[in-house]
Amino acid sequence: MLSCRELVEFLMEYCDGELPPEQREYFEKHLACCPPCVAYMKTYQQAICLGKSACQEEEQKPPKMPEELVRAIMAARQAK
Amino acid sequence: MSQVPPEADLATQDLPSDERAILERLRAGDAAAFEQLVRDHGGRMLSVTRRFLGSEEDAQDAVQEAFLSAFKALDRFEGQSRLGTWLHRIAVNAALMKLRTRKSRPAEHSGDELLPKFLEDGHHATPASEWRDGGLAALEKAETKDLVRRSIDALPESYRIVLLLRDIEERDTDETAKLLGMTSNAVKTRLHRARQALRALLDPHLRGGL
Repeated sequence: MLSCRELVEFLMEYCDGELPPEQREYFEKHLACCPPCVAYMKTYQQAICLGKSACQEEEQKPPKMPEELVRAIMAARQAK
Repeated sequence: MSQVPPEADLATQDLPSDERAILERLRAGDAAAFEQLVRDHGGRMLSVTRRFLGSEEDAQDAVQEAFLSAFKALDRFEGQSRLGTWLHRIAVNAALMKLRTRKSRPAEHSGDELLPKFLEDGHHATPASEWRDGGLAALEKAETKDLVRRSIDALPESYRIVLLLRDIEERDTDETAKLLGMTSNAVKTRLHRARQALRALLDPHLRGGL
């Protein structure tokens, strides 16, 4: 039987579908009887989704370009 | 007899007309077009370089370097992507270059303390529990978005950069490895640790919801 430590160690490969079928079966047997590992896997995947969503939204509402930076870039272009 | 247009011009025919127009003005050396490009895309590029570099001064330097590189490369822009996408990639490269060249920063924590702990028998030392509403509903709240961004910023640099390239920029493992001068296996190991560390930083806040 796979331990929680081993499950967490190979979690990324499992989530990415990179585990061979036999190991995948061990994983799923463990998950079927271990609520903490199910919770760990779900929150691991949710952390990735939250990171993506928060950063994508930030890019949709970008900060204002500082005026002095615009000036610096235009001056550097002239100088080249 | 009409001349065959250069290859780059053929490719840029796929761009929206407003981008094609500004590209023509840029290639003609129109100063106002350069300023418009900086104003239209600079904010987005700054948000990218801030994420990678943390320091505002370094982030602004990287944006400046990115624009200067882009200006030089305008003739090679083939229109296979939108101008914004092209500039975004240049900004990421400028941020990575800045990371390589900037003076070493004070030693930071390794991140090991953010990895899960296990008992000798292999069970979780602190069993995980699910997040209320899957955490995603909480993302509707501005404070959660800030928390997530602050948590990414708080990751050790070696974790943060791999996480940004793989999960946020969606570069594949091999490209990330090449950009960082690492092996693909090292990228995979570090990405898994980075994701676990981000999960650990969010967990105390999202267990009970915000």
